[in-house]
Amino acid sequence: MSEMVTMTGQQAINLAMAEAMERDPKVILLGEDIADREGGGVSGTTRGLSTRFGDHRVRSTPISEQAIIGAAIGAAMGGYKPIAEIMLMNFTTVAMDMIVNHAAKLRFMSGGQSQVPIVIRTMTGAGYQTAGQHADFLEAWFCHTAGIKVVAASNPADFKGLMLSCIDDPDPCMFIEAGAAIRTPGEIAVDQGKIPLGKARIHQEGRDVTVISYSTQFLRCIEAVKDLEAAGISVELIDLRTISPWDRETVLASVEKTGRAVVVHEALRSFGAGAEIASTISEELFGKLKAPVRRLGAPYSAVPFSKPLEQAYLVQPADVVAAVKGICG
Amino acid sequence: MTSPTNIALPDAAAQLDIFRRMLRIERNDDATRKQIRLGRITAPYYSGRGQEVIPATVSNLLNQDDKICTIYRGIHDMVGKDMPLRPLWAEICGRVDGTCKGKGGPMHLTHPETGVMVTTGIVGSSMPIANGLAWAALLDGSKQVTVAYFGDGASNIGAFHEALNLAALWKLPVIFVCQNNGYGEHTRIENHMTVDLISKRAAGYGMPGYTVDGNDPFDMYAHAHAAVERARAGEGPTLLECKTFRFMGHVFGDNDAYMLEGEKAAHLEKDPLPAFRAKLIATGVATEQQLVALQAAIEAEVDDAIEFALASEFPDVAELRRDVFAEEIAA
Repeated sequence: MSEMVTMTGQQAINLAMAEAMERDPKVILLGEDIADREGGGVSGTTRGLSTRFGDHRVRSTPISEQAIIGAAIGAAMGGYKPIAEIMLMNFTTVAMDMIVNHAAKLRFMSGGQSQVPIVIRTMTGAGYQTAGQHADFLEAWFCHTAGIKVVAASNPADFKGLMLSCIDDPDPCMFIEAGAAIRTPGEIAVDQGKIPLGKARIHQEGRDVTVISYSTQFLRCIEAVKDLEAAGISVELIDLRTISPWDRETVLASVEKTGRAVVVHEALRSFGAGAEIASTISEELFGKLKAPVRRLGAPYSAVPFSKPLEQAYLVQPADVVAAVKGICG
Repeated sequence: MTSPTNIALPDAAAQLDIFRRMLRIERNDDATRKQIRLGRITAPYYSGRGQEVIPATVSNLLNQDDKICTIYRGIHDMVGKDMPLRPLWAEICGRVDGTCKGKGGPMHLTHPETGVMVTTGIVGSSMPIANGLAWAALLDGSKQVTVAYFGDGASNIGAFHEALNLAALWKLPVIFVCQNNGYGEHTRIENHMTVDLISKRAAGYGMPGYTVDGNDPFDMYAHAHAAVERARAGEGPTLLECKTFRFMGHVFGDNDAYMLEGEKAAHLEKDPLPAFRAKLIATGVATEQQLVALQAAIEAEVDDAIEFALASEFPDVAELRRDVFAEEIAA
């Protein structure tokens, strides 16, 4: 058993990038304010890396998201493994042409001649009163584009292991670093290595219902499960970790066993990733389900500023408890 | 028009090479339009006819491992860079032997062996990616340069401004080659920008910018030479605004109704291809016989490529699952 240490997700991501940079001179970083001269990133996730590896490998950029992703794509085609920080997920909207039309598609459109092994790190999440242009979960947009992987961890060990895998992956990866998930300290093995993409993690086994979630919302589900267990409902809780391509095998095997499923995410419920997962479960396991598959997500609204509105916007642990009880009656 | 301080002149060999590239572009373009008219190809086609001097001259100054990023009106740039015609034609025909296995088509050809890294269908998107290739060359410590081709219309899109600023800031070995043919799609330049010269925009990013006669191989050579030297010396990017005219309109089949009366006819009279050909003979750089033989060889190469492409198979539908990711998608 490895020695365990406690750190935040941010520290784990920093560690993963440092290890990758140490091992592979082709790993380079770019983004707004990421060098130490500018504070090592708006949240400090890249702190220390420019000092350790040099400003030529860790470059702060102008506020130019298209130029950032374009430079990452070109450098990737030139043999490098760039990690581009787009400070907040809403700012990816400014670079959608580069991400969707180019990064995701160049391998296919070139018949396999080009590859774009970039990682796009981006923060997001409601709960900090930053309102509708700084807090969206836009993962479904990228899941709906063939050719880009979408990853959203919930704990330090997964952040490190998945980041290591994204850096070495031959294809572009969107790496979501959501508020509470990157700030909550947790245990991590000192020698935590890669965690494969596309593999979910069964956080706890259960008999009555499968709850599937990811990122910050997964942490709220952990809270909900405590109440449900106290009420005598046995929950199998799955952290999806990679949203696209998602681990159908693990999810379907679990729901086949429990016969009930609730999918929970922070993003809008309408047309969200949960709809894809819920419909797949319904298609594959229709005869084996004991109840309709439920999905929980944000209401059809922009992320609001005012605190009571923001709390109502987010799926709370109590909402998860109510949804599970509703199908386990 | 402003000039770089050291005016380089193409020697006889360079002149002949520029003409060879121009003729290869023109013969290939002529054949493409013929095949579309005959109904043997169904593809959107954005002809570069009339703009040959620009990529022919720039390519003469580039090495094979120098990179280009171009746009949907870009086949002249690729042919100028000496992309082999067999895979080019097979791609235009959507066949499996195409350089992209038929998955990209005429607007999205890629051929890294000849340095054709990206061909984008999105106006302006060649520039941010060219920066990245140039950044990689800088990190490698190589002397490689990257050229981003684009049109006058693209100088209005955000990507142009973001890319020029970053390139200047990071002193990237990149050359922004604007092929100003006077129209952004159907809109005349004075109706899509207020500055009279696109090269003036370079000043806003602290890089040299020149307006060049893009139909004159000598003017093109002098400016492109200076830009390549500057990039190789690690001094940073240059913006070249190369004035030209597209003879076949925006997309093949264009009726020119949006053009000024007589405008196209006036430009056709100054067609740079026969003009340069006549000059080469008049100045003794080449003989008539030599150029006739050159043309025959090029036409044979084009004919061979068409035959090869049309005989090539269409891709298997399983190709839809390949190249989405490095790993094949499960059936």
